[in-house]
Amino acid sequence: MNWNELLLMRFELGLLAIILAILVFEIFASKKQKGSIIPFALILFTIHTLIGFLPLEDGSLFGGMFKSNTLLYYFKNVLNVGVLIILLQSADWLKEKIVQQNKATEFILLLLSSLLGMYYMISSGHFLMFYLGLELATLPVAALVAYETSKRESAEAGVKYILSSALASGTALFGISFLYATTGNLYFDVIATTLTASNLSVLGFILFFSGLAFKISLAPFHFWTADVYEGAPINVASYLSVISKGAAVIILVILLFTVLKPLLPFWSKIIYIVAIATMTIGNLFALRQQNMKRFLAFSSVAQAGFILLGMLSVDELGLATVLFFVTVYIFSNLGAFGVVQAISAKSGKENINDYEGLYRTNPKLSLLLMLALFSLAGIPPLAGFFGKFFLYAAAASKGYYVLVFIAVVNATISLYYYLLVIRAMFLRKNPDAIPHFNSKFYMKLGLVLSAIGILVAGLYSPLYEYIFAISTNFLN
Amino acid sequence: MDILTLFVIVPMVTVLILVFAKNLKQVRLISLVGMAIQFAMSINLIFAYLKERAVNKDIMVFTQDYTWFESFNIHYAIGVDAISVVMIALTAIVVLAGVFISWKVDDLPKEFFITLIILSAGVFGFFISLDLFTLFVFYEIAVIPMYLLIGIWGSGPKEFSAMKLTLMLMAASALLSVGIFGIYFNSNADGGALTFNILEIAQVNIPVAAQNLFFPFVFIGFAVIGALFPFHTWSPSGHASAPTAVSMLHAGVLMKLGGYGVFRIAMYLLPQGALNWTDFFLVLATIGVIYGAFGAIMQKDLKYINAYASVSHLSLVLFALLMLNKTAWSGAIIQSLSHGLLTALFFALIGMVYGRTHTRDIAKLGGIMKTLPFIGAVYVITGLAYLGLPGFSGFVAEMNVFVGAFEHADIFRRILTIIVVSSIVVTAVYILRMVGKIMMGPLVNEEHAALLKATWYEKVGLVLLLIPVVIIGTMPYGLSEMIKESIAPFLERLL
Repeated sequence: MNWNELLLMRFELGLLAIILAILVFEIFASKKQKGSIIPFALILFTIHTLIGFLPLEDGSLFGGMFKSNTLLYYFKNVLNVGVLIILLQSADWLKEKIVQQNKATEFILLLLSSLLGMYYMISSGHFLMFYLGLELATLPVAALVAYETSKRESAEAGVKYILSSALASGTALFGISFLYATTGNLYFDVIATTLTASNLSVLGFILFFSGLAFKISLAPFHFWTADVYEGAPINVASYLSVISKGAAVIILVILLFTVLKPLLPFWSKIIYIVAIATMTIGNLFALRQQNMKRFLAFSSVAQAGFILLGMLSVDELGLATVLFFVTVYIFSNLGAFGVVQAISAKSGKENINDYEGLYRTNPKLSLLLMLALFSLAGIPPLAGFFGKFFLYAAAASKGYYVLVFIAVVNATISLYYYLLVIRAMFLRKNPDAIPHFNSKFYMKLGLVLSAIGILVAGLYSPLYEYIFAISTNFLN
Repeated sequence: MDILTLFVIVPMVTVLILVFAKNLKQVRLISLVGMAIQFAMSINLIFAYLKERAVNKDIMVFTQDYTWFESFNIHYAIGVDAISVVMIALTAIVVLAGVFISWKVDDLPKEFFITLIILSAGVFGFFISLDLFTLFVFYEIAVIPMYLLIGIWGSGPKEFSAMKLTLMLMAASALLSVGIFGIYFNSNADGGALTFNILEIAQVNIPVAAQNLFFPFVFIGFAVIGALFPFHTWSPSGHASAPTAVSMLHAGVLMKLGGYGVFRIAMYLLPQGALNWTDFFLVLATIGVIYGAFGAIMQKDLKYINAYASVSHLSLVLFALLMLNKTAWSGAIIQSLSHGLLTALFFALIGMVYGRTHTRDIAKLGGIMKTLPFIGAVYVITGLAYLGLPGFSGFVAEMNVFVGAFEHADIFRRILTIIVVSSIVVTAVYILRMVGKIMMGPLVNEEHAALLKATWYEKVGLVLLLIPVVIIGTMPYGLSEMIKESIAPFLERLL
């Protein structure tokens, strides 16, 4: 084996090195030095993120188990940036609450291990590899959800997450075994050529899809979302809603467009129905939420429904729009979660009512939250508008006008509940508003990065054009 | 930088500078300077346009085209014809007058002017766009600030009105986006590439089935903001709750986006669809004219009267556009202009009366003419212009509309036209009653015997709006010729 080929796994090896370095640091650091783990990890991860942007070649390793190409590199970079923002937004929380309990290192380790799992999951070329990646991505998150051991809700959320995700993984594995039964192979490339539509393979697909639908929290597999988001620490909730969901969306769209393409007539109907159900259910539940975390949970369920629109156009347009939407969605949602976290850390308040009159005391945070929510609602010139418009275009290009119509109606409904938060912040006057406070440096940096993403990712057209080019390359 | 893009750049730069303004004085000064530059540019644009038109016979002049999203063939494409030029001038006048009228905003003044100017940037962008995508982007940029403007600085049930208005208009733009996709994905019907460019799509014969399907989406999408019955309900409550300058801008300019979009996009790009659907929408527009006029009679609140009057007058614009001939169309454009100026005047005057008397209830007002001579005089003039007195813009507009409508000899259009013409009488009733009651007659409330006289900024704002009303009314020929010339290529597609 040529050592140069290992460079294809540069992302994975780099991340592994960071994980090991943090582990070593934890062993040798004295009690007083434990706090410095945060800047240490941040610097290492920033370097890792920057290295990720260096060009790499396409190729595969271990006889096709592990695949690598520009599209996957791009998406790993997006995941990196997302995790970097989450780390920045959690830094102050870690320093103030978690270091005393001597658990800061584990938090970072678990987060990065889960990211490593995502890398392997999206890079897999074999269902076994895919499953290993899926599990590595899921199990650490269960621990993270239950991280605030002093809170009962957190432990409850952890148990809920681990039980339902174990069930989902099991279902997916069951589905994979059916696919194996029909094709006699687990390599993606082989399945893509030998898979034919039969009762067994369709059943296998449905079971497999259910497992992934749980990760993306598509209806009717979304029930865990709100409870887990509410109980988990906010940064873990935002990790679940952007990174974990984003990676699962990408592997789903890649599998649908390549390996599972022979089943297109079946899965397009399923996606069609699930898209409508997810958008509508997510929106209707979000209307009445009071807690910001639950609110964002249901909003992210609804957003997942929109993503499915892009999958219905089984060509480079669909792949590019899904990738692009996930990218801008990560920035928008991180902006929203970041503000919620900053406010919760200072005042402990998480309800929409508590946000009344926020603009008059904390104008910058309110403006950022407004930008993030408008971006999620799809208002120009913010990135979310372009993301949604292009997803509609992808669905319309294949003639799904009825679905686009249902989606735009849903987008209008979603605007209502996003405006409710903006109403609380801007329209209401409240003498007991959350008093003015200044965020710390890391938090500010994390918020500014997501704000830049929200403002620039859409208007700056070369980003979309790049995604379109790599999607075209990937599918040909 | 080309002459048109500046119309978007100047407001944006003004907003940027406003962010750093330190006190109320600076905020006013910066907004005033920015919008005055905008106004000067729009006057300059009229002359530049006339000069260019003499040598350039293209449909659109001052065109620029920059690729934006290559794979979708989305361009930042701009250009103007006479109609966009006069609309831009109208916007610039109303926005500048709005800045004067809002001189005394004291709650979050900086944010108020920033939001107002962002809104105007959206409107300017809308009028210069030749690309469906950019047009749609600017349209939504113009609508969303309304939520904050009404919700924060409004009065009465402002939260409800702001939400209703925003959701109805955004739902309309959602319909519009479906229509835009329908047009875009049929724009290669003749074998070319998919395109969002309006002028290029106009060369394509989109299949008639698709035109019939998507015309109502595009038409309703635009017409909701043009107060098409029964989708007008956002308008009365929205206008009644909005602060003065926002009502002016909204009724004066934003609602004109509807009529403009209808003939520029819906009818131009989907001509067959337009021909098949006119009868249906004509009935709705006729109902709107009559319903708005009777609605105005029944109201007691000055702002509601004007809001319903706007529904009536803007339905008349849609009615004229659906008549599909040159005279009616030029009437529709002049009516848009005229109504824009007059309704802005009305809202400004109502705001001034309300600011002094703290009531908008007709029953509680009377004989204000004696205490507020300037405001009273302008109120009377505006009222007379509004009901179509010769010598003012309203007369020119309605004359063209009705003459155009009567050119159709079929019994269906004749009957509708007669119904619509009769609305003039109803308009006269509510305008004369309102003006007579609150301005003339005995003083109703003793406290109104001594009110603050009109201040300089109020006078400037009013005069700014009144001058073009008189100019259009007394010298309509040039304007009407200019507009008719630009209408011709659009009408050719339909006949």
